[in-house]
Amino acid sequence: MKKKVLAAVLAATMVLGLTACGSAAADTAAAPAAPAKEEAAPAADTAAAPAADAGGDLIKVGIINNDPNESGYRTANDKDLKETFCEANGYEASFAYSLKNDEQITAAQKFIQDGVDYLLLSAADTSGWDSVLKDAQDAGIQVILFDRTIDADPSLYAASIVSDMDKEGETAVNWLAGQNLDEYNVIHIQGVMGSAAQKGRSGALDAKVAAEANWNIVTQQTAEWNAETAQQIVQSVIDAGTPFNVIYAENDDMAKGAVAALDAANISHGVGKDVIVMGFDCNKWALEELLAQNWNYDGQCNPFQSSYIDQVIKTLQNGGSIGEKTIIMDEKGFDASTITQADVDQYGI
Amino acid sequence: MSKLLKNQIFIPIAALLLLLLFNLIADPTFFRITLGVNSDGNPVLSGPIITIINNGSELAILAIGMTLVTAASGGQDISVGAAIAIAGSTILRVLCGTNTRPDTLRTPIFVAFIIGCLVAMAFGAFNGLLVSIFKIQPMVATLILYTAGRSIAAWINNNELPIISDPKFSYYGGFIPGIPIPTPFFIAMACVVIIFLVLKFTNLGLYTQAVGINESSSRLNGINPVFIKWLTFVILGACVAVAALIKVSRLSSINYSVIAKDIEMDAILAVALGGNALSGGKFNMAASIIGAFVIQTLTTTLFKYNVPSDALPAYKAIVVILLVVISAPTFREFMTKVVSKLKNGKKKEVANV
Repeated sequence: MKKKVLAAVLAATMVLGLTACGSAAADTAAAPAAPAKEEAAPAADTAAAPAADAGGDLIKVGIINNDPNESGYRTANDKDLKETFCEANGYEASFAYSLKNDEQITAAQKFIQDGVDYLLLSAADTSGWDSVLKDAQDAGIQVILFDRTIDADPSLYAASIVSDMDKEGETAVNWLAGQNLDEYNVIHIQGVMGSAAQKGRSGALDAKVAAEANWNIVTQQTAEWNAETAQQIVQSVIDAGTPFNVIYAENDDMAKGAVAALDAANISHGVGKDVIVMGFDCNKWALEELLAQNWNYDGQCNPFQSSYIDQVIKTLQNGGSIGEKTIIMDEKGFDASTITQADVDQYGI
Repeated sequence: MSKLLKNQIFIPIAALLLLLLFNLIADPTFFRITLGVNSDGNPVLSGPIITIINNGSELAILAIGMTLVTAASGGQDISVGAAIAIAGSTILRVLCGTNTRPDTLRTPIFVAFIIGCLVAMAFGAFNGLLVSIFKIQPMVATLILYTAGRSIAAWINNNELPIISDPKFSYYGGFIPGIPIPTPFFIAMACVVIIFLVLKFTNLGLYTQAVGINESSSRLNGINPVFIKWLTFVILGACVAVAALIKVSRLSSINYSVIAKDIEMDAILAVALGGNALSGGKFNMAASIIGAFVIQTLTTTLFKYNVPSDALPAYKAIVVILLVVISAPTFREFMTKVVSKLKNGKKKEVANV
């Protein structure tokens, strides 16, 4: 046994030694390579310029995004980016996906080496980006953040195109206030605690409940974006017999789970019915529920940043400057009584 | 008393009774069951107890497979959540084809379930292969599928989210018209009956325990440990498929990133609460299954008492720590000793008098 442990420890130290050597070697190798690259860069530029002219002057963009499988939002986001940044629109785009910050940073370094013109970034994590963005700046690459902000000096990026989650919450709560109910007894189903979407969407409701006397929270629980957990939460309120008339779910999946619990208990919901159902994210199927008047409200979390990015790039290409670095996208809230099929087709993700 | 304490099944039952007792004292309406109608006009029972037997079903089914895997391999499969996503996605894909909003189902639900079952068992067989033949630690071997599974599930349906409108599909996770008891409970009970018949009339239980206790001596006695370990993973695969059918049926849809999220941890916990050694060997199936319902009772109780969202995991953790410590063999030994000491002490007193 002792021998085995000893062997394992030895093996581990050897492996560690190897990797240490490996990284050291890589470092030393990288150091002389760097100036060489700088020398090569202008040459490449001059070589690339005529070639680009011949090829219709394609703008090279490197896009770093989260995994498109992460959510419906991300899938729509990725699709939108791919549709905008194509050769027909004058772009040559490369994509890199990861949910991990270090992998994203590696991808960013690769794009910098490849000499892209613009680096578009939806960071997995807010920190750790300073040095790589500095490299990008030194290489003359403009960085545009989309969807997520990072903790870095604003001078390191050209623009940041984001959703305002607080505003999403406010829009929804204002809509709800506009329903002029005598009393608001709200089942509040939250997303994963601490996420930006949860904070923004919870914050507005919490503030309103604290301010108004006729607004009450029946229950406030996190279902962690999970439909089935939401179903259990609403079921438990129904079992307890507590009266409620509003379901405020912080995404569509959870609203769907809540509605399943209402259906099982034969509680009517939707336009002009007993319970108001509110969701977020504007999934296509959710907007169809609105159209069928089974739900009342759905708040948008706009995944279509590409047109904004396109505009920023066009401005920068023409030598213009970006006034306000943080660009907040327009986000709608849909009301079941006014939504149309055209809205479903256009805004459904 | 000491005999009762020694019995493995005593622990999860005690935990369950403790939770129910707490609910009885705090709010007796916990036990109220009402008969109502759902929006389709069918009679349904509702109440916290019904919620427990309804939502605890998947966990109970998974606990069956997880107990066998734990006993044979001395490790746990952490990929069941991801495997549920894969099996569920397969079932929907077979039912819908490429049309994500079908008005009619392309194949009978039974056929879709069988195909989902085969896929889940194939992934179980893959895990089993890594564990039994390549002798990789089960947790490490299943880490592969744990990481990749949800992406595979999304890929099966081209990243679309199919929604089935046929009400027949919702029976499996809801109610069959005319029967007020939730269907998942029937499915879970069917699985329980099947596994008990299998354990009673085949050597599966004996062989699994033999392999778990001592692999080489079981091989010397003519049991093939490689096959037994592999088989337990395939059986878990079948359990996963059943759980997946219930899960996707509940909402007639799927969300790859959150469906059955963290259910593997609850399944492992059910096995641990059942007093089974997570290092393999002897197991008690009934204890694991009751363990699964203990976890659901805890969840339902916490929802009922409106524990604030941020504090929920902490409450759960405290209860779980208590339950796991109580069910640990060391603690039980200690308690048996204390009990026998008390008895001896009394006897001595009698003698002194």
